[in-house]
Amino acid sequence: MIDHVSRIQARFELRAKEGRKLLIPYFTAGDPNPETAVPMMHAMVKAGADLIELGVPFSDPMAEGPVIQKAMERALEFNVSLRDVMAMVAEFRQKDQETPVILMGYLNPVEIMGYVEFAKAARKAGVDGILTVDIPPEEATEYVVAMKAEGIDRVFLISPTTTEERIKAISDASGGFLYYVSLKGVTGAGHLDVDAVRDRVSTIRTLTELPVGVGFGIKDAASAASVASAADAVVVGSAIVKRIEENLDSADNAIKSVCELLTEMRQAIDV
Amino acid sequence: MAESETEVKYQQPDERGHFGVYGGLFVAETLMEPLSELRLAYEKFMVDKDFLAELDWELQNYVGRPSPLYFAERWSKELGGAKIYLKREDLNHTGAHKVNNTVGQALLAKRMGKSRIIAETGAGQHGVATATVAARLGLECVVYMGAVDIQRQAANVYRMKLLGATVVPVTSGSATLKDALNEAMRDWVTNIDDTFYIIGTVAGPHPYPAMVRDFQTIIGREAREQIQQHEGRLPDALIACVGGGSNAIGLFYPFIDDKNVAIYGVEAAGDGIETGKHAAPLCAGKPGVLHGNRTYLVEDENGQIIETHSISAGLDYPGVGPEHAWLKDCGRAEYVAINDKEALQAFHDLTKIEGIIPALESSHALAYATKLAPTMDKDKIIIINLSGRGDKDIHTVANLEGITL
Repeated sequence: MIDHVSRIQARFELRAKEGRKLLIPYFTAGDPNPETAVPMMHAMVKAGADLIELGVPFSDPMAEGPVIQKAMERALEFNVSLRDVMAMVAEFRQKDQETPVILMGYLNPVEIMGYVEFAKAARKAGVDGILTVDIPPEEATEYVVAMKAEGIDRVFLISPTTTEERIKAISDASGGFLYYVSLKGVTGAGHLDVDAVRDRVSTIRTLTELPVGVGFGIKDAASAASVASAADAVVVGSAIVKRIEENLDSADNAIKSVCELLTEMRQAIDV
Repeated sequence: MAESETEVKYQQPDERGHFGVYGGLFVAETLMEPLSELRLAYEKFMVDKDFLAELDWELQNYVGRPSPLYFAERWSKELGGAKIYLKREDLNHTGAHKVNNTVGQALLAKRMGKSRIIAETGAGQHGVATATVAARLGLECVVYMGAVDIQRQAANVYRMKLLGATVVPVTSGSATLKDALNEAMRDWVTNIDDTFYIIGTVAGPHPYPAMVRDFQTIIGREAREQIQQHEGRLPDALIACVGGGSNAIGLFYPFIDDKNVAIYGVEAAGDGIETGKHAAPLCAGKPGVLHGNRTYLVEDENGQIIETHSISAGLDYPGVGPEHAWLKDCGRAEYVAINDKEALQAFHDLTKIEGIIPALESSHALAYATKLAPTMDKDKIIIINLSGRGDKDIHTVANLEGITL
């Protein structure tokens, strides 16, 4: 068991002290190509990212909308595997020991590697947390034990349909933070009802000690700022991946465009 | 049988949908509550007299049950071994076993107050069976189908449209059944308030594998009675094709405690297991998690799902129902594979010798019988699930033989 404060916890505590909110960008590792992943991560940190959610490509991303589906297909053209993604994090760690990184994806690649082997490799690479969309805590007993043993935080989703009883169970299995999915649907969908999110987050806060991040439906600086007023962190995924999709001819331009969006969001949520 | 009375009866899954280590509930959080609601409704109505009476009425008067158990006398003689009986699911309304399940789930949807039905389909049989029942009950119906499958099953696509369904082409991934299932899940997670997702096979998250099985066991229950009427005893072997495995579990389940009945599930070997171009997760895959359950999958060393190959669109799926995974591991059933060529030969044989055109899916089960029956004595009995009729496949078969219809 790792007893020191995790990078994720440290970052949340730091921002809480400052009265600021975390900005968490997502992109799929290997999109638009594997070489761009590490430069993209460093650039995101410079543009104001507090924590990076690195997507692990999967052939059957059931919870993703079309934007992230296509990103995963682009990454899979390079056969980017879970081990490759961890190697990217290890390379990122050579220059950045401060910014927490969580992997986000689906259970099967982790299952095939084995939970214990994955957790050990993840810790060695400098991965701080794991979010696999398709494992609810009810199925996650061994998974949680394996991750805890290596100090890997488990991030689970809470949805608009999650009962209070299950929010407690999810909180018990989690480490780092809770991730509230602000709408029913897939990534990149729909319109955000900030008042509903505010109500829901305040209910979640009565049931957990962990900080609460909110994702799904955050498209621009304005929606990032309004969600930030209701949560401890804002997670931005499809809006970023869309910038990459718009610049497939040039990785430099993709990075530049992503960073412009993050800079705007950072300024808007820090006001 | 007397011996089974003292033995522990087969009872799977557990209350959380596990068949041994397989099955379970592996879905995104937003689906947990709708699945719990579905499980409660299923548990309530499967013991509700009114519901079961309504289901029986529909199966009798709309589907045309019971389906005959037919002794294929000429074909049995030709093979020179065991007596072969065919459970004629091809004679059901819509031409396959799929309708047993769609009637059941659609009635459940109605009881749950859902106005919109969605489904995934591979060959189009489940899509047609769903669109049919949706029309019968006046429910809106959207069917997701891989763009590749839409091309190879044009007649079924038109059939669904005639029935008033919207057919949505799925172009993501390999644009086949697995991708259609992903897309249907995405629809469901977005429209959970008014939508009921009718999964067509014994896969998916709990309670689907158990629920679809329960709606399909009518096949095995009837066959068990019918064979005793014909022969005064139980069969020696059962054979059924396995894609997701719903027709197979439907036949097998009522015989699981009859230890003297051998059970064979037949997967699609496509171009041959050794070529890697197959759809045989139980014979050549390994366990993993996909589409809401843990089961055997056709996957690579990194856990990515591999595109499968079979002449039959209905077997072209990289996973398999978790109960089959369990029956394989515990040794109660044996799983074998039949390649495209062997299935095609059986398709022709049955057509010419018995005057029955079988679906290419069912032809895999028939082809295995041509290997098994000659090794058995003439007084032995095999029941094959003839899960669907082959009219939908005549274009595929003609194409392979260089004929344009």
